[in-house]
Amino acid sequence: MEFIVASSVGALTAAGIYLILRLRAFSTILGLALLSYAVNIFLFASGRLSIDMPPVLSPYGEANYTDPLPQALVLTAIVISFGMTAVLVMVALGAYLESDDDRIDMAEAAENAEYGAGGRE
Amino acid sequence: MNGQEAAVVVNDPSLIIIALLPFIGALLPGMMIRAGRNACAIFTALPTVLSLIMLLLLAPSVMAGQIITVELSWLPQLGLSVAFFLDGLGLLFAAMILGVGLLITLYARFYLSGDDPMGQFYTYLLLFQGAMLGIVLSDNILLLLIFWELTSLSSFLLIGYWKHLPEGRQGARMALAVTAAGGLAMIGGMLILGEIAGSYKLTDILAAGEAIRASDWYMPALILILLGAFTKSAQFPFHFWLPHAMAAPTPVSAYLHSATMVKAGVFLMARMWPVLAGTEAWFYIVTTTGLVTMVLGALIALFKDDLKALLAFSTVSHLGLLTMLLGFGTPMAAVVAVFHIINHLTFKAALFMTAGIIDHEAHTRDIKRLGGLRTLMPVTFVLGTIAALSMAGIPLLNGFLSKEMMLEEASHTDWAGSPWALPVLATLGALLSVAYSFRFIVHVFFGRVREDYPHKPHDPPFGLWIAPALLVGLVVLIGILPHVAEPLVRVAAGAVTGGTLPEFHLKIWHGITPALYMSVIAVLAGAALLAAHRPLDRAWIAAPRPEAKAIFDGLVGGAVGLSRWVTQRTHDGAMSRYLAIFVGSTTLLGYLAWRGGGMPPQTREMLPVPPLVLVGWVLLLVAAGSMALMHRNRFRSLVVMGVIGLTISVGFVYLSAPDLALTQISVETVTIMLLLLALHYMPKASPVESSAGRRIRDGVIAIAGGAGVGALALMFLLRDTPTISDYHLANSYEGGGGTNVVNVILVDFRGYDTYGEIIVLGIAGLIIYAVMEALLNGPAARKLRNTDYSLDRSRDRHPLMMVIATRVMMPIAILVGVYIFLRGHNQPGGGFVAGLVVSIALLMQYMASGFAWTQSRQKIEYHAMIGWGVVIAGLTGAGAWLGGKPFLTSGYDYFHFPPIEEFELATAMLFDLGVFLAVLGAVMLMLYSLSRIARYAGETVNREPMDYDPSADRTTRTTKEQE
Repeated sequence: MEFIVASSVGALTAAGIYLILRLRAFSTILGLALLSYAVNIFLFASGRLSIDMPPVLSPYGEANYTDPLPQALVLTAIVISFGMTAVLVMVALGAYLESDDDRIDMAEAAENAEYGAGGRE
Repeated sequence: MNGQEAAVVVNDPSLIIIALLPFIGALLPGMMIRAGRNACAIFTALPTVLSLIMLLLLAPSVMAGQIITVELSWLPQLGLSVAFFLDGLGLLFAAMILGVGLLITLYARFYLSGDDPMGQFYTYLLLFQGAMLGIVLSDNILLLLIFWELTSLSSFLLIGYWKHLPEGRQGARMALAVTAAGGLAMIGGMLILGEIAGSYKLTDILAAGEAIRASDWYMPALILILLGAFTKSAQFPFHFWLPHAMAAPTPVSAYLHSATMVKAGVFLMARMWPVLAGTEAWFYIVTTTGLVTMVLGALIALFKDDLKALLAFSTVSHLGLLTMLLGFGTPMAAVVAVFHIINHLTFKAALFMTAGIIDHEAHTRDIKRLGGLRTLMPVTFVLGTIAALSMAGIPLLNGFLSKEMMLEEASHTDWAGSPWALPVLATLGALLSVAYSFRFIVHVFFGRVREDYPHKPHDPPFGLWIAPALLVGLVVLIGILPHVAEPLVRVAAGAVTGGTLPEFHLKIWHGITPALYMSVIAVLAGAALLAAHRPLDRAWIAAPRPEAKAIFDGLVGGAVGLSRWVTQRTHDGAMSRYLAIFVGSTTLLGYLAWRGGGMPPQTREMLPVPPLVLVGWVLLLVAAGSMALMHRNRFRSLVVMGVIGLTISVGFVYLSAPDLALTQISVETVTIMLLLLALHYMPKASPVESSAGRRIRDGVIAIAGGAGVGALALMFLLRDTPTISDYHLANSYEGGGGTNVVNVILVDFRGYDTYGEIIVLGIAGLIIYAVMEALLNGPAARKLRNTDYSLDRSRDRHPLMMVIATRVMMPIAILVGVYIFLRGHNQPGGGFVAGLVVSIALLMQYMASGFAWTQSRQKIEYHAMIGWGVVIAGLTGAGAWLGGKPFLTSGYDYFHFPPIEEFELATAMLFDLGVFLAVLGAVMLMLYSLSRIARYAGETVNREPMDYDPSADRTTRTTKEQE
């Protein structure tokens, strides 16, 4: 089971990284979403894996529970990463509508960024 | 202190005030300049005088052998404390810094012209004075380092004070580059010392000299610390910055280059003398450097025509002399060094001020344009001549005494087995020193009166010459009655050597000694050299010499070029490049860290894998792979992403995380909806833009990164680490009143985090709203209007089936939301999930019946909902204050109303209500903002809930689309 989870995290990370290296805003957002999945599972897994031990206290005496803390942290992380994705989508959409282009690399800006050589004393 | 008698240590907090007064005082001049230049100068002098008086009050006990300390804890984890101590050496330097500082304040008042911003000058001066004082009083080497760098920074401001002069700016930059770089090296050396001694307290380090000298780390520490000291004290080959710093106003030069800045390096070598001195390495590095600097500085000084440049190189030469003496490593040499520090201060500060006066009155300081000033400026002539004669080492002046003692020490010190090397070179240095000192006198004051001075010179006002006059008075006093300086020299030298001092007396006549012969030779030959100055000068000008500034500028230019090249390569505005570099280097670093650290043994066995899980796994892998490979078709990748999200939710259920599963599934739904909405207005496909090579490179980076993260996850999944979770499990019910531990953590244990997070989510919602507002008022709105989206639209925009189904489901969905919310404290659920579920229910209405129809029926503002959510959560937390508990402490109780079962009410539930409202408001605001675009994209407004309503009358049916 551990291998299953670890390899899933790895696969999601790899796909996410590949997508954030693309040149279009939409692909990058998809990549970030995949990376969020990977990070969330990774954090969740830091509580180690257990089956049939939800962290809901049992009224029937002694029982084993999985680690609740990572779950609480990941729960908010999921919601926050949604917020982040939403903001990014909005920014990307705005950029596209304003500039008619959703490329992310500032190729022209880089050429203009030549330092004014000799401008200093 | 490892002296013979343990010094008495006295605690006195006034030391902190002495050290901090200049910094506090630095605020005054800038304000007082409005009240006039005199007021400004007086208020600069005030903190200095106060500090000096407090210092003098402490002086008697220091002279009696006590050490005064004070310590305040600052960052004890780093070993950094605000610790000051005052011993003989500190007293000498502090008195010099404050005393000369006072004279400089006076001198500068009359020196600076009305155009110069005087308030700024005095502020910088006090800052610098405070930094210097900090160096000499620090008892913690980390604190010392802070002050050390502060002197570099504040001297930068002082040297570059005349901002309009390019020389001033360049000189300041060079001084900063050299001294701050040396300071960085010194930080390394000091940290090593602190590590060896096990303490960053200077007094502890001074007591650990034996251990430090025996350590393997002695050499690196020595070299690093000496780098700091040599750069600061302008020792060869770092001497070049000092002459360029002469572009500063003369008061600055007089202060920095006689008493303070450059003496900081000497001070440091003296301070560290008990720890570092006495080894072969110390002797050869320090003595040789000092010797070379002394001779070279004196030689260059002889051929400088600028008065201040001459003095600057003479300062370099004298600093070399001091360094050489400290390098000898004998207690007597240390005594001589301390004595010469005092003497050099007095005559050199006076000489700088004299040069400033000449510059001020004759409007030039070029020796070749001066001469004959003896009759025109008699007072200046007397002061300058006495000081210069002292510098030359003429009897009855203090310069003679310490130079004699230096020659005496040099005469019986062997260098690399040769008894002649040191005496001969030291005599040569003294000889050159005589020559340039005489040149200062003869070429400036003697000779015939010229007709072509840029300005007719005359003696300055009293205010300008009183400061050098006082110093010259000291020169003569110590020269004639050397024993008045003896107690101070004794206590300061005692502090340098750590207690053991040889028998000595400061006196004029030592009898016929080798030093006397050397002195006589130096004076006679020096005078002869000056007589032959004209042909020598011609030869010197003709001879090729390496120009330090050109080399320095070349080095700086090279460094700038290199960093520009690196920046251009890595930081060229292409985000994909940054990300590739970031991911690649992070993966590499992770790999290196893994290679370096040992791996603890595996402590967990793998759990079994049922076949169904295997199916899910394959699904996930295939989905992730197809996302990467088919990302150009954007709709398809969104669908695949939905598959991934749902698989993960199922995984959460299987792995005992029901709350996560609920959240994931609802967030997934909302995210996909959001992306679909956005995609409607964006290109539906990504074109092929990157080359095959580039894709392969990215693929390699991605696979390496993914493999690294996966391996890391596997490594820790198979090992146990201690956790704090048991506390939460044990206290969830008792303390938080809930059995769903995850929810209790969210609303109680870590309520602060949650509170922050709903605020962040609310802000995200508002950002989206604001961006949309800006967009729809800009050129984007026009573009939207002119783009034809009608092809993308379904013909049946508001299908009957969907409208009816969503209407029916609406109350059910809301009920589910309420149910999930209410049970959240004890069963999986809670405010987050409930908020998402309700927002999905509302969204379905938007989807089914269109934006306008739903909007007209919506009564609550989403902004207000976010606000209420945050306020309710905050007030709930604040409510705990009423019960005298800390913020966000929760309370709960059980209630029983007859028809219903006993149930629990907890304040945490109220907090969760805030979470619910904030999440609902934020999510709805985001989607609502996106939907608003539709209005601008020419979408028609429907007034009926569905396009075709069979129950309605034919005549009233809306056919908006045809309009």
